[in-house]
Amino acid sequence: MQTVFSIAVDAFAYGMVLFVISIGLSVTMGLMRVVNLAHGAFAMIGGYIASYAARDLGLGYAAAVVAAVAITMVVAIPLERFLYRRIYGAPELTQVLMTIGITFCVIGLANYAMGPTLKTIPLPAALQGSADLGFRTIPVHRLFVIFCGLVVALALWFAIDRTSFGVKLRASVDDAAMAAALGVRTEIIYAVSFAVAVGLAAFGGVVGAELLPVEPYYALRYMVTFLVVVSVGGAGSIPGALIACLLLGAIDTTGRYLMPEFGEFFFYLAVIAIICVFPRGLAGRAK
Amino acid sequence: MALVINNENERLQHRRRGTIGRDLAGIGVIIAVATIGYFAFPDNLALLTRMATIALFVLSLDLVTGYCGVATLGHAALFGSGAYAAGIVSAHYGINDPLLMMLAGIAGGAVAGLLCGIVILRAHGLPQLVLSIALINLFHEFANKASSWTGGSDGLSGIAPDPIFGIFEFDLYGQTAFFFGMALLLVVFVLLRLLVRSPFGMLCRAIKQDPLRVRAMGASPKAALIRMYGISGAVAGVGGALNAISTQVVGLDSLSFTQSAEALVMLVLGGTGSLFGALSGTVIFMLFEDYVSAANPFHWLTMVGALLIAVVLFAPKGLYGTAAAFIDRRREQRS
Repeated sequence: MQTVFSIAVDAFAYGMVLFVISIGLSVTMGLMRVVNLAHGAFAMIGGYIASYAARDLGLGYAAAVVAAVAITMVVAIPLERFLYRRIYGAPELTQVLMTIGITFCVIGLANYAMGPTLKTIPLPAALQGSADLGFRTIPVHRLFVIFCGLVVALALWFAIDRTSFGVKLRASVDDAAMAAALGVRTEIIYAVSFAVAVGLAAFGGVVGAELLPVEPYYALRYMVTFLVVVSVGGAGSIPGALIACLLLGAIDTTGRYLMPEFGEFFFYLAVIAIICVFPRGLAGRAK
Repeated sequence: MALVINNENERLQHRRRGTIGRDLAGIGVIIAVATIGYFAFPDNLALLTRMATIALFVLSLDLVTGYCGVATLGHAALFGSGAYAAGIVSAHYGINDPLLMMLAGIAGGAVAGLLCGIVILRAHGLPQLVLSIALINLFHEFANKASSWTGGSDGLSGIAPDPIFGIFEFDLYGQTAFFFGMALLLVVFVLLRLLVRSPFGMLCRAIKQDPLRVRAMGASPKAALIRMYGISGAVAGVGGALNAISTQVVGLDSLSFTQSAEALVMLVLGGTGSLFGALSGTVIFMLFEDYVSAANPFHWLTMVGALLIAVVLFAPKGLYGTAAAFIDRRREQRS
C-alpha cells in the first residue's frame, strides 16, 4: 500500500513537471509547426541560471525562479528572431537539424561554462521535509510541484479560453493565413507564445530539478521525452498534453519502481502502442 | 515529329551515357580517396575503415530519407541489429567466416529494417519522428537487457573473424579490414546506383514527391516503402557487420539515438537524395570530427552544432547538392 501510494505521488509530480515543461512545446508546435528539439535546452538553461543565482549569488528560491524565467526568455528572443523565424514552414528534416544544432551548441557551451557535474538548486526550508496528511506523509516538494503544475494548467486554460489573446492564438493555430487576413498580427502572436513557451520551460526546469537533475546532457536526455509527450498528446492541445503527461509519467514511474532493470523499455513500448493506435495523438484533430 | 522523337532519343542516350559516366566517376573518386587516405594516414587505417562503415550506414539512411522522404532519427536500429547479428553468430555460434558473418549482418539488418518500416510508416510527420526515436530506444533497452546475448553495457566481445577466403588474415594494422571495407563500399555503391535508377527506385522517388498520385496510378506506396526499408536495412547491416568484423567488438552505442542523429547530420551535411551527397557528407564530417575532437574535445559538440546551423541556413541542399547546383548553373550559362 505504501509503495502504491508513493508511486502515485511520484508519478503525479513527475507528470506535472513534464506538463509544465512540454506544454509550451505543444503550443508552439501546434501554432508554428516547428519541431523544436531545443526545447529541453531552454529548460536546462533555466535550471543552470537558478542554480547559479541561488548557490553562487545567494539569492532566495523565489528570486532565483524569477531570474531563471526572465533571463531564459531574454536569451530566447534573438534565437527566435534570427534562427527560428527562418525555419517556419520548412520541411521537418530542416527543422530537426536546425534545432538539434542549437541543442548541441547549448550543451557544449553549458559544459564549458558550468562544468560537467550535476548542479543542484537549494530548496528553501519551507519546501524541505515532508508533510503529514494524517494517514501518510509525503515530501513537501512533491506537493509544491503538483501545485505548480495545476496552477500552470489553470492559468493557461484561462489565457487561451477566456482572453482576447487566447482567441487570436486559437485562430492562428487553426489557420494562420486566414487569421492574418482578418487582421491578427500573427508574428506578434508567434513571438509572445514562443517567449511564454520558453519561460514555462525554464520554470519547469527549475521546479523539476529534483526529479530531472540539471547537467549538460539534460537537453539531449529529456528532449526525447518532451517530444514524445507532445506527440502522444497531440500538438497544440492542452488537455491532450495533460493526459499524456499523467499517463506517461505514471507508466515511467511505475516501471522504474517495480522493474528498474528494464529502464525505459515499457515507456517506449507504450509510446509506440499509443502512436500506432492514435497517429495524431490522444487529442489530435483530424486535418 | 520524327525529328522531335529523334531528338528525344538522342537526349535519352546522352543522359544514359551521362549517368554511366557518373557511375564510373563515382567509382574512380572512391578508389582515389581510398588510395590517398591509405598513403596519407598509414598509421590510422582504422579511421578509414570506420569511415567506410559509417558511409554504408549513411547510404542506407539516404535510401529512406533522401529517396523516400521518411524522416527518421532511429536508423541506428538497423545498423546495430546488423552489427549484433554478425557479432552473435561469431561469438556464440563460432561461425567466424567473415563472408558468413556479413550474410548474418545483412539478414539481421533487413529483418530490423522490415520491422522498423512497418512501425514507422504507420504515421507521418512528427508522430513518425517520435516513433523512430521510440523504436531506437526500445532496441537499445532490449540489447541492454538481453546481456547474455549481447554483453549488455560491456559490449559484445569474443568476435574472432577468420581470414577472408582463408588467405587474408585480419592484422593488427587494419590493412585487411581497410581493403575489405573499401571493396564492400564499392560493391554496395554500384548496386545502389543501379537500384535508385531502376523502376523501383523511380517509384520510391515518386512516392516522396506525391504519394496520392502514386496511389492513383495503381501502385501501393506503403508496400514499396516497406520494401525499401528492408533493402536499407540490408545495406545498414553490411555496415554493421563490417563494424563488428573490423573492430571485433559491438557496443551498445551502435544502437543509440546519438548514432542515428549523427548519421542524419552527415547525410544532410552532404545532401539528401544523392548517393554522392551521402558519401561526401560522411567523409567531411568524420575528418572534421577527427581534427576538432583531437584539437579541442570540450568544444566539439558546440562546433558540430554551429556547423549544422550554418548548413541549414546557407547550404540547405547540403554541400554536395549546393556544389552540384552551382556547377549545373555554370554549365547552362556557358551553353
